Amino acid sequence: MSKFKKKSSLHVPEVSTASLPDIVFMLLFFFMTVTVMKNTELKVHNELPNASELKKLEKKDRIIEIHIGKPSSRYENIVGVEPRIQLNDKFADLSEVAPHVLSEIQSKPEHLRAFVTISLKVDKRANMGLISDVKQELRKVNALKINYTTYEGDAFKNLD
Amino acid sequence: MGKRKSAPEVNAGSMADIAFLLLIFFLVTTTIETDVGLDRMLPREDGDYIEYEQRNILSILIGVDGALLVNDEPITPELLLKTVIDFIDNGGAQTGEAFCDYCQGERRTNLSDNPSKAVLVLGTQRETSYGAYIAVQNELVAAYNVLRNREANRLFKTSYIKMDAIYRNPQTDRTTKELLNNRIRVIQKMYPMNISEAQLKK
Repeated sequence: MSKFKKKSSLHVPEVSTASLPDIVFMLLFFFMTVTVMKNTELKVHNELPNASELKKLEKKDRIIEIHIGKPSSRYENIVGVEPRIQLNDKFADLSEVAPHVLSEIQSKPEHLRAFVTISLKVDKRANMGLISDVKQELRKVNALKINYTTYEGDAFKNLD
Repeated sequence: MGKRKSAPEVNAGSMADIAFLLLIFFLVTTTIETDVGLDRMLPREDGDYIEYEQRNILSILIGVDGALLVNDEPITPELLLKTVIDFIDNGGAQTGEAFCDYCQGERRTNLSDNPSKAVLVLGTQRETSYGAYIAVQNELVAAYNVLRNREANRLFKTSYIKMDAIYRNPQTDRTTKELLNNRIRVIQKMYPMNISEAQLKK
């Protein structure tokens, strides 16, 4: 009995929380370095298709993005439900694609201009008509290097 | 001078709270960037029209509902990869310059002469969904990758995908890069990727 009593009177040592700030700071710095701030607000649905035979996109500084998809629900009553093109942060017509790409290329430093890639971020439910039109526009301004940006996954899922 | 007073200590107890706050902010705003995709070169606008023999063309049409029509015959998406590989790797030319000594196809007379002559022509309707289009594009790249990997394994005992990944890695040193560049070119010359979206003349 006495033995048992002795044991229960022992204190459990407290875990020191002094290193907690250090751990949290470490996590903080990790997230600070990997964070990429979004500079454009997406105004279109943008669920990219899946593909498995992928190539990594080149560095961010030589990429021009074009978003295509159905307008988000809050823009539906303004611009309708048909898939639209979004350049930077506004909706655009097909005719605006070529001038936009040209001005974006002009704004890049000269040694990068030859390596500019157009990243097409297209919603998987968009239809090919619009995309073929965009590609024709890109050919007009000789922006021939394109990348169909996708998620990594099983490509057959796109067919459902 | 009098007795030096010790500076009052700043209470660092709330440091963790502040750091947590910042951490949560960055956690919420972080978006994992999607920076992968399928690379393609568009043809020049003033591109010449090249005539191909019928046997060297594999036309792939994607219908409105995602149905596939390969050389005017309906096909299931699962079979597409094999069909494309058979077509490219056929090596139908029996003699002469176009003879393909590394092809392992069945050397039929109605499929391509040589991988360098084989052209995949992809056609879509305006209403075809982009998802279906990417699925097909992915299969076409997969077909080339299968063949290129096979030849890379035979010649250089490594896969084409691996060589390409090492070549693209910025940390690879120059001599390795040059060696890989040569090897990649050899493979690409054996199986050049000819995917066209031109309209076929009927």
